[in-house]
Amino acid sequence: MTTGHSTFSPLPSLSEITEADLPAIAMGAAFLGTGGGGDPYIGRLLATSAIRKHGPIRVVAPDRLGEDDFAIAAAMMGTPSVIVEKLPTIAELERALAALERRLERKASVILPAEMGGLNSMVPLAIAAQRGLPVIDGDGMGRAFPELQMVTFTVHGHNASPLALTNEGGECVMIEAPTSAQTEVLARTLIVALGGSVMIACYPMSGHAARDCVVPGTLSLAHAIGSAILRGRRNGDPYAELLACLSRSPYYKHHALLGEGRIVEVNRRIEGGWTTGTCRIESARGESPDAARDVLEVVFRNEHLVARRNGATLAIVPDLIIVLDAETAEPITTESLKYGQRVKVVATSAAACMRTPAALAVFGPHKFGLDEPFIPIETRLSTPN
Amino acid sequence: MLRVGVDVGGTNTDAVLMDGANLLAAHKAATSADIGSGVVAAIAEVLRQGAIAPRRLKAVMIGTTQFTNALVERRRLNPVGVIRVCLPAGGDISPMLDWPDALSGAFAAHIHKVGGGCHYDGREYAALDEAAVCDALAGFAQARVHAIAISQVFAPVRADYERRVAALAGELAPGIPCTLSSEIGRLSLIERENATILNAALADLAGQVISAFERALTDLGIIAPLFISQNDGTVMSTARARRFPVFTFASGPTNSMRGAAYLTGLKDAIVADIGGTTTDVGALVAGFPRESSLSADIGGVRTNFRMPDVLSIGLGGGSRVEFVGDKVVIGPDSVGYELRQKARIFGGDVLTATDIAVAAGRLHLGDRAHLASLHADEIERAMARMRTMLDGAIDGMKTSAQALPVILVGGGSVLVSDPGGGGGAVIRPQHAGVANAIGAAIAQVSGEVERTLSLATTPRNAAYAALREEARQAAIAAGAEPESIVVVDEDETPLAYLPGDNARIRIRVAGDLRL
Repeated sequence: MTTGHSTFSPLPSLSEITEADLPAIAMGAAFLGTGGGGDPYIGRLLATSAIRKHGPIRVVAPDRLGEDDFAIAAAMMGTPSVIVEKLPTIAELERALAALERRLERKASVILPAEMGGLNSMVPLAIAAQRGLPVIDGDGMGRAFPELQMVTFTVHGHNASPLALTNEGGECVMIEAPTSAQTEVLARTLIVALGGSVMIACYPMSGHAARDCVVPGTLSLAHAIGSAILRGRRNGDPYAELLACLSRSPYYKHHALLGEGRIVEVNRRIEGGWTTGTCRIESARGESPDAARDVLEVVFRNEHLVARRNGATLAIVPDLIIVLDAETAEPITTESLKYGQRVKVVATSAAACMRTPAALAVFGPHKFGLDEPFIPIETRLSTPN
Repeated sequence: MLRVGVDVGGTNTDAVLMDGANLLAAHKAATSADIGSGVVAAIAEVLRQGAIAPRRLKAVMIGTTQFTNALVERRRLNPVGVIRVCLPAGGDISPMLDWPDALSGAFAAHIHKVGGGCHYDGREYAALDEAAVCDALAGFAQARVHAIAISQVFAPVRADYERRVAALAGELAPGIPCTLSSEIGRLSLIERENATILNAALADLAGQVISAFERALTDLGIIAPLFISQNDGTVMSTARARRFPVFTFASGPTNSMRGAAYLTGLKDAIVADIGGTTTDVGALVAGFPRESSLSADIGGVRTNFRMPDVLSIGLGGGSRVEFVGDKVVIGPDSVGYELRQKARIFGGDVLTATDIAVAAGRLHLGDRAHLASLHADEIERAMARMRTMLDGAIDGMKTSAQALPVILVGGGSVLVSDPGGGGGAVIRPQHAGVANAIGAAIAQVSGEVERTLSLATTPRNAAYAALREEARQAAIAAGAEPESIVVVDEDETPLAYLPGDNARIRIRVAGDLRL
């Protein structure tokens, strides 16, 4: 087990995104998706198309946002299985954004990513390119979460609504509710009638408000993580590059390779729209006699929630748990886990602002039905069980 | 019932003659450049060995890699017209957006996106824009495309938009063949559409190849129907093969797995086909190759074909063997078909896996005196390395924790000692060298259905019963004997992040050919 230290130089920040950057961002976003968030592939194609038409996208660091700036979050909401068939369009995104702007009588000056994990890493890029607006280098979690209110924006008292929700056919609904959690319930119900997936514009806020509540730098981090995996594949060791990159990152620097082996059991069921279940991984042969008996269990509900070895918790949400192909370091979604896959399991720390008591009240273990406290991964690593 | 099975590979054309369950004759010949003459020669030889008059044959089955090779080599592809029914959805991500330039540049593609489509539950979100379809078709006729690819959002749920476009094409662009995405693939528009376009681009070649096979049979005086191997271990008629050349992709490894199942009578097993350059390891489940759940990448294009889940490792009879320090490196370099010139036992200067097997006394081939410089310890380490490679691949393909028998087939299977990766018995059937041609000869026909539905409104049992019947009807339409049809695969994928317990269910059945 290895723990990283930030003794290296900091990772580079993006100032502009071109088509050539998209594969790396998509790969990093799949990693940050922690098993959920949807395959970024379709999002990447949408962003590719937008950049080819409108040119590169400017990236703005949160601390460069002014009070005069006005940020609106853009995202896809619904099931990835519909997205792969009814391909989303930039026009839908534009309609959602325009509807919210009309309601607020104010135009967005910058696009706010809500979720850097999975497909939603790409959606803000597509609309930013279309509008010629910059995109903020930051998001509301630095990973993926299943519900609208599970963002740092909520922790800071911002409301997801008014929220505009559109589909391909021009149907558009404006939701206003006292809390983000209520907005989530209303939006989730409407998605079914609107065809299973929608584009949303929400969380309007001033530049300084955005500056103060985002997890900064996550777009650049997704790019750096994805670049590390792709570079590592070319030179034969994606894990060495990935772990070195995590060590240099501000949030994910506490990381551990929790285990390596073969998936020996996957239990998966659908419960009220959630893909819920467990995955058991047995350590590969050829390690120490102790390791050979190890069984690593990963519990998931759309995303990976908790990893346990022989019953003892090793990492828990909101820290990140990622299951990757043992050879290529391709992140594997919870829907694609299957018996016999050779995998490695990596866990990393979440950003500090994701671990405060106020943050844990919004997306801590209890919010996922887990009856155990959040203990940071670095604490667990320093006190071996 | 007398049948001939032929497997046209890159190196060898194998043929077998079978009477029901009995193998009457087998022949292995080099593949000819024109394919047809090699097929004629191979069939003529097994008929001669078996002393069977051509007219007594009831069926001929041929497996071929020609269509895969055409895509990989990017040649003999014809111009295509593409119509995607999707607007107002799906307009920004154009067909072929993500294709490698080398392939998309290898044939002309005229792309149109038109209005129309439905939701996951079949509700229409836009009616078909027939005026736009007619415009596109007029353009295709003018551009002289040779085939038309038609795709539509949620075509696997309801395909009437695609069928209407095809009907209009019949009127406005008569004589140009159409491929419908609903006939080709599963859910995931981009992957299904890619496969549809590839299929359309192979239309001319499909006609030429199937005609060449038919001529070969006529020249031999064979009047029995010809069937072509598909990638799922079943066969299709020549009429269907002309329309769906893409379904032949990966039929080679599938045939050898089906042949292995037939030769051993096993339904659940791991099959390792050891050839000259690679070892292909797959899993038999209920007598059929397990399918891959990953997107199949063909010529750099994402597709969602029914592909067997095969793990290929660089271990074959021609694999180069090197000793680097205390490590043994085997493959992936191989001398391939030049084994008889380059291997040490034949006087060459390359140490191959075959040399090691001869040195270890596993087989008698060439001149062992050329291997005098090998140390006993080197031979032992190289043999151990080959076994470790095979064990790892077999272990990686296992479908459950229980022990499974391992079937070794292919010309290179004599090289290795019994692997242990499956945990069960190791079987080396007779005629293992022509398992692929046997797989072609014994093939059945299949039917498949895939739907997305809400398990909250339709009870699971009722849903499965209805889908099984639909798959059965598809198999009967493909030529299956109704009494022989059995379910070979059922798969359910939940639709996440959506209330209503929606799931995607896929069912495949197979049965004997009705002749």
